[in-house]
Amino acid sequence: MSYSVQINGVVHTVTDGGIGESLLYALRERLGFPGSKNACEQGECGSCSVVVDGALVCSCLVLAAACDGREVVTIEGLGDGSTLTDVQRAFVEAGAVQCGFCTPGLVVAIDRLLAEQQSPDELAVRESISGNLCRCTGYGRILEAVARVVAERATS
Amino acid sequence: MTSSTTMTAGARVGESAVRPDAPPKVQGRFAFGNDLWADGMLYGATLRSPHASARILSIDIAPALAIAGVHAVLTSDDVPGRSVFGLEHPDQPVLASDVVRYVGEPLAVVAADDPDTARRAVVAIAVDYEVLPPLVDPEAAPSATPIHPDGNVFRELTIRHGDVDSVGEVVVEGEYEVGMQDQAFLGCESGLAIPDRDGAGVEMFVSTQFLHVDVEQTAACLGIAVERLRATVAGVGGAFGGREDISLQVHVCLLALRTGRPVKMQYRRDESFVGHVHRHPARMRYRHHARRDGTLVKVEARLVLDGGAYASTSSAVLANATCFAAGPYRVPNALIEGIAVRTNNPPCGAMRGFGNVQACFAHEAQMDRLADELGIDPVDLRLRNALAPGDRLVTNQLLTGAAPVEAVIRACAQAPLPDIVGPAMGEPMARPGGAGRTAAGEPDRVVRGVGFAASIKNLMFSEGFDDYSTARVVVEDGRVTVHCACAEVGQGFVTVAQQIAREVLDLDDVVVAPADTSVGSAGSTSASRQTMMSGGAVEGACRIVREQIDTDRDAGRSMSGRYEATYEHHHAPTTPLDANGQGDAHAAFAFAAHRAVVDVDLDLGLVRVVDITTAQDVGRLINPLQAVGQIEGGIAQGVGLAVMEELVVRDGRIVNASFTDYLIPTALDMPTVTIAALIEDPEPNAPFGAKGIGEPPCISSVAAVAAAIRNATGRPVRRVPVRPEDLVL
Ligand code: FES
Ligand code: FES
Repeated sequence: MSYSVQINGVVHTVTDGGIGESLLYALRERLGFPGSKNACEQGECGSCSVVVDGALVCSCLVLAAACDGREVVTIEGLGDGSTLTDVQRAFVEAGAVQCGFCTPGLVVAIDRLLAEQQSPDELAVRESISGNLCRCTGYGRILEAVARVVAERATS
Repeated sequence: MTSSTTMTAGARVGESAVRPDAPPKVQGRFAFGNDLWADGMLYGATLRSPHASARILSIDIAPALAIAGVHAVLTSDDVPGRSVFGLEHPDQPVLASDVVRYVGEPLAVVAADDPDTARRAVVAIAVDYEVLPPLVDPEAAPSATPIHPDGNVFRELTIRHGDVDSVGEVVVEGEYEVGMQDQAFLGCESGLAIPDRDGAGVEMFVSTQFLHVDVEQTAACLGIAVERLRATVAGVGGAFGGREDISLQVHVCLLALRTGRPVKMQYRRDESFVGHVHRHPARMRYRHHARRDGTLVKVEARLVLDGGAYASTSSAVLANATCFAAGPYRVPNALIEGIAVRTNNPPCGAMRGFGNVQACFAHEAQMDRLADELGIDPVDLRLRNALAPGDRLVTNQLLTGAAPVEAVIRACAQAPLPDIVGPAMGEPMARPGGAGRTAAGEPDRVVRGVGFAASIKNLMFSEGFDDYSTARVVVEDGRVTVHCACAEVGQGFVTVAQQIAREVLDLDDVVVAPADTSVGSAGSTSASRQTMMSGGAVEGACRIVREQIDTDRDAGRSMSGRYEATYEHHHAPTTPLDANGQGDAHAAFAFAAHRAVVDVDLDLGLVRVVDITTAQDVGRLINPLQAVGQIEGGIAQGVGLAVMEELVVRDGRIVNASFTDYLIPTALDMPTVTIAALIEDPEPNAPFGAKGIGEPPCISSVAAVAAAIRNATGRPVRRVPVRPEDLVL
């Protein structure tokens, strides 16, 4: 089946998509956006987090064809490829990255969180990223990265 | 120690360097094994046994081959080389032929145009089984009919130390159990194999911990020379022991060689849960003898580890559990029996902490029991018996390296209790059960408890294994390239290698080349060994290069040429254990202490771990920021084992093989972690005095949480993970 979806500002058309394919599958296997990860493919880990029409979703739970005409932002759409966003930079500098498999999903989720709330307290941050599993870090440096971005944005 | 840590570009040893792979990882540009792609690539899939024990009467692959888009369906008949693999003893079939011994055992592999077709082909293969009753009770395994030609006992090890008949004035006994934990790394198993043009060799990109041994095992099964199998570590999404043994390596190469096309395999989460080995479930019986003043007299223990269907690393895990069954304490007399057995349960092997985790849960529960019996403060009891340099382990090994056991215990115990609001005042979300609570609960039915535990972990490989790592270092035009086959699985070796090279060479521009088989083995990324072993190899190679450069400089020659050295670093030799479990079997040790604070809902049996405070013996900090990350991450896995993580196995079948049912800590489950102290007591003969730091965080953290739950509830807590029914029924 065929559909068109705007990804990071550019319209992509899929002409030979399978009926039940998830947005995650289409992104990774058909459209050349492997940045979104696939740790569970059943909505439990958040490694596939993307933004569809402004809402944070697990792309593994969204039918690709249902995104016809919608706007999707993936990890590849944050920053301009060479410079890092403040969230990405904070992840790097705070030591929030180990294996990195959870990282794209977490960066997308936190980018979205901070777009909606300027200064969430720690419990709110924990709650809001509790759908993004990380097996390596224990989340401490990730929370630190978020705190740094919040502090930086408050002073700039 | 935490928020003030700043990163330094061009960082040297002791500074918080930023990972070179972090920028691509935050941008989604870092290629993991399952992101790999090759022109004309096929997708592989695996047929697995639905039975824990069955005879295979027939396998009919014709219906699978008939499906359009299927290029190969292979069974055991198609394995040209050695039909079995295994890290310690090759006893596990590449593809089962006559019997299956666990649920999930591979029988056939398929290559097809796309993943969906490959999976449909797997379903189409018709297998006729004669189902047999599975052997699932580890205690019954030694005397049961053998389920494998090698028998049902992987290893028995008895430690007899001092006077095994001595008796203490006070004796405490206990029985303990540890459930099966999964590594649950986020990036599932994945690999890509590309056949050579001549069809006689293959190139493999694989998410692994132990590249060179993957290649040895895989080449043997393929029936090709190791030189014909070139391999590169593909981006690894975590490992924690679960990638030490091979999974899809032989399968993906077989398919590539058979089809003449590149083949990619990647497991899905449910398949990953059966596709790698797990932490051994353990049953442990203990008897501690002490004098009235608290001095330990003797430890008696019997530990039974369920190794599941195949050997993997069971015998080494058993050695750890047995050798360290008494913990980081001076124990003059000991009688400790360990046995690792074969059953039709899922195979078990390496997981972070490797045998010490199970034993620590038991020996620390015993220390608390003893303290209780004697009316001594639990921390004082531990201090009274803490190992120190010059003491002997129950294996009679003299402690010659750094052993700041007293320092870690004191630092952790003396840290002020965290100022975290109690359950009565806390936010609803911060109560046990969080937003998912099913009862409002009176505030006084939520109680707080504090528990303490300490641990010992051997570092690097033990028991006479010739453990080494290789590094090649090239300096050209002031740029340093480090080439080492050490698998970067997230732990941060790429940063450590840069820091060591900069430190030794006094040059800033250091690149770490991809880890592949064009350089000698670096051994496994396990046993907390890579900072010490591959760090030592990088240091050694850099020192040789530095000498070459200095010689040129001193002779007034130009230093603009090319310098190169390869260095193989071995740790000091160890010896096997003798018939009484005595010997200098271990290379080095690290110690840690953890204090846990928990809130427990007495009605619902729900636990919230509020804080973990720790002190750890690190030798020398190479990268403080990464050390914090290892400690927090390891504690998360310890907290997981203590209160939530268990593969529930019924009749040999894992019934919760998904992240819906196998729960790992989320950001809401994780407590704050307070690092009271990182004790820098340099280890002799280690690079810069550094000790491995990856495993200790997940050892005594488990025991500390269990102790805190005992303290809160008065329940015995003989088993981890602690389940609600253990606390309320
Ligand atoms: S891959 Fe989508 S939530 Fe796990
Ligand atoms: S960094 Fe490995 S899963 Fe988060």
